[in-house]
This record gives sequence, structure tokens and C-alpha cells, in this order.
Amino acid sequence: MPETVERQIPAWQRLYENAAVRKTALLVVLAVVWEVYARVLDNPLLFPTLTATVSALLSSIRSGELPRAIAYTLKLLFEGYALGLLFAALLTALASLSKIGADLLETLTSMFNPLPSIALLPLALIWFGLGNGSVIFVLVHAVLWSVALNAHAGFRALSPTLRMVGQNYGLSPIGFIIRILIPGAFPSILTGLKVGWAFAWRTLIAAELVFGVSSGSGGIGWYIFEHKNQLLIPNVFAGLLTVILFGLFVEHVIFRTIEERTVRRWGMQI
Amino acid sequence: MPLLEVSNVTLQYRTTDRVVTATRGVSFSVEQSDRFVILGPSGCGKSTILKAVAGFVAPIEGRIRLGGTQVTRPGPDRIVVFQEFDQLLPWKTVIQNITFALTASRRVAAVEADSRARHYLEKVRLSAFADSFPHTLSGGMKQRAAIARAMAMEPQVLLMDEPFAALDALTRSRMQEELLQLWSDTKFTILFVTHSIEEAIKVGSRILLLSAHPGTVKAEVRSSGVDEADASGRPLSARIHDQLFTEAESGFSRMTGADA
Repeated sequence: MPETVERQIPAWQRLYENAAVRKTALLVVLAVVWEVYARVLDNPLLFPTLTATVSALLSSIRSGELPRAIAYTLKLLFEGYALGLLFAALLTALASLSKIGADLLETLTSMFNPLPSIALLPLALIWFGLGNGSVIFVLVHAVLWSVALNAHAGFRALSPTLRMVGQNYGLSPIGFIIRILIPGAFPSILTGLKVGWAFAWRTLIAAELVFGVSSGSGGIGWYIFEHKNQLLIPNVFAGLLTVILFGLFVEHVIFRTIEERTVRRWGMQI
Repeated sequence: MPLLEVSNVTLQYRTTDRVVTATRGVSFSVEQSDRFVILGPSGCGKSTILKAVAGFVAPIEGRIRLGGTQVTRPGPDRIVVFQEFDQLLPWKTVIQNITFALTASRRVAAVEADSRARHYLEKVRLSAFADSFPHTLSGGMKQRAAIARAMAMEPQVLLMDEPFAALDALTRSRMQEELLQLWSDTKFTILFVTHSIEEAIKVGSRILLLSAHPGTVKAEVRSSGVDEADASGRPLSARIHDQLFTEAESGFSRMTGADA
């Protein structure tokens, strides 16, 4: 009888090995638990059912209220994120040019990185008033330090060999930064972008909740706050669900795609 | 006039708390189409000399001239092939690594870069891997790609810093033969650094022997590519070994009083 070299793994075991299948199954279980608990509790003011939340979400989307709030939030987010990146680029450039610049970056980062952005909001309100200026200020703070810190660390970690290879071609200083340093440090820069995004997103929603007290219109945070005031709790849940879904989308679709097309493809990150 | 003239060069490098003299008063000259090997034990500053010729390190004393012009900074007329496998830009494919080198250094226009890159990839037998990313290649293939990239630049002198040292013995031996084959095609000038006597004899046409701490020139010998015996019957490798290590040994024998 010939020796068996390979055998089929049973179907259920192969399914169990698949992380996506496991996580989807967990989500289904959680959804069922939510629905059953909410129905048993029977208090839509404290804890609405999943079905009520989903229908509130759908009706808010249909009425255009939620899409408007999302668009408002995203516009602020992009403005703050872009401005934060610009400052981070300037600071990192300064840090790569001189030792003093590097010290400045390291000192500022260690001072401000542990400071939660939202703690600056009261101060921002005094400086920039009740408006988008204050939100953008705290967003810049949320993005700037993590991006600058990671980009700087990435530049420093670039291998001396790659530096010499770049210098060997006689590139200009700017050409060297754009064509060797930035792609060479891209894994670190991407980490900084992800951390910066995560800070920015959480800060933005929190800041919008604060603005809900005084502002007549706004983004997703304001949407949540406003419906709490009207005791439309399913809509509050729908707003939270939107925050979660959008966060998941950016982290697992957008950043994942960038990773697949760059650092993973280049073998710079496994 | 020699192609590359290194005269009385002293090189130092700084660590955090001291200044180390890597070489003292090193002089040699390389002619067109030489396969010039700098051979010495670790610590003789041979890699530092190569980096000085490349323009990454400035001499404290002495001068380095290429084609009569003093070397002051790195440039595409002196391309280095390093020992490290990570010398290929990981974010570019093999062919893009070559075309990028050609266009970034303004050696050739973009239209010509591609055909020239393919020509040199063909020479190192990597045409099938033109569109692969470096991390998918073996160590030997990475070094061949780096050599193709350096040769495509058609520099005045090709600087090789122990390019085969990180390879396994079989691959290393094959790569040495391939390099000689490439050289016999185009007769480019090579400045090659190694710590292996065997490699120096095989690859070099002229071998400069350096002693260590700090590196100073001991002698220069010629090699025909094989380990030939001289009139007294001693093979070249044994003579090189003696010349590199006599000073250390006589110093040792003086200490023990065993000097005959």
C-alpha cells in the first residue's frame, strides 16, 4: 500500500482557520445578543434594538441628514489632516537638515505627543472662537506629532548603504529626499499616517460633540448630540454605528490597500 | 596620466568618543582597464579608501584624482557596488532600479535608459527578472542586478566593496568568473576591495597589499589570475600571506626572543 503523503483537511477545520469567517461569525453572534437583550430589556430610551438602530440609520440616510453630517465631518477632517501633514513635513525637513532641528522635533514631540488633543479645545475656543478654526487647530495637533515622529524615525533608520546609493547618483538635496528618503522611510511614514488618522478621527468626533452645545449645524458628532437632546436614541446609536463603520473602512480598506500596493509589494513589511 | 591617482591619502573617521585613523599615506594609481584589488585584513581601511574614491569620505591629507580632476563629492562617474544585499531600492523593480539610476544621474535620457538597462540585464542573465521586486531575488541575483546597474552607468571606474563576501562559497566562485567574463567583454576599470587572498588573485590583475591599524601600503603585486609559483617554488598566495603578516610575526618573534 502506498504511503499517503498528503490528506485533505476537513471542511469545517478549513473554515475555522479562516480569520474572516471566524470574525463574521462573531459579529453575527454579537448582533443576535444585542437584539435579544434589547428586546428583553424593552426600554428604547436606554438601549434600542438593532433593528430600530438600523432603521433609524437608513431613514437618516434617506432624508439626507446623515450624509450631510458625514460630508461636513469629512471636509473638516481632510482640512485638518492636510494641514497637519504640511506642518509635519516642514518639521521633519528641518529635523533632517540639522541636529538642532532634530532636537527641536524630538523635544516638541515628547512634550506634546502625550497631550490629548481634546484637552486643547478650551484654549482653541478662546484663540479661534466657536468655529471650524478651533476644530482644525486640535486636528493639526492630533496629526502633527505622530506623523513627524514616525517620519523622522524612518529617515534615521534608512540604511547607510541606501543613502550612499542615492548620493552616488548625484541627486540634489530635494531630489534625494523625494526619491530616496521618503520611499525608503515609507513603512514608518505609513505607520505615522495611520496613528495620526486614528487620533484625528477620535478627536474630531469628540470636538463636534462639544460644539453641539452651541452650534446650529455640524457633523456626525453633532448629529449624535442633537438626537440625544431630542431623545431619539436609535439615531444616537445610528450615529455611533456610522463612526465605527467609517473608522473600520479607513483602517481596513483604505490603509490596507495602500499597504498592499506599497510596502507589502516592495517586501519592506510582511 | 593614470586614470585614478591616489596620492599620500590619510583617512580618519569619527566614532562618538574618538577619531580613528583608518589609513596613513596611501598612494597608488589605477590605469584604464585595470582590475585593481585592494587586499588587507579587517581594520586596514580598505573600504574607507573605496568610500574616499567614491567621494563619501574626504581625505584629511593627500589627494584623489580621477582623470586629472580632484574627487570632492560622490558622482555617477564612480559607481559603487556594495556588499550589502539591500543596495537595490526595494520600491523599484530590477529594471526600474537601473533606469532610475540612469535618469536620476542624467547619464542618459529616459528613452535610451530602458534599452540600455535591458542590455546590461541580459549580460548578467537577469532578463527574466526585469520586472521582479528585489525582495523576491536570491542574494546572488541581487548582487548581479547591482552589478548590472553599476555597469549600465558606464562609470569611469567601477568600485566594488567586497561585493561577493555575503554569498555562499559556490555562488561567490561563480560570480567571480562572471565578473571576469563581463570584464573581458568591455574591459571596464575595476577597483575591488577584498580581505580574501584567493579572491584577490582570481579577480585582480594588480593587487595592492595593505597592513592594518592604520592601513599603510605594504607592496603591490601582479596576478595572472591563477596562484602561480615563482622561481623559488612558492605560490603567489603564500608570498602575499608572508608580505601581509611578516611584520606582525617578526614583532612576535622579537618579543619571544626566537628571532634567528
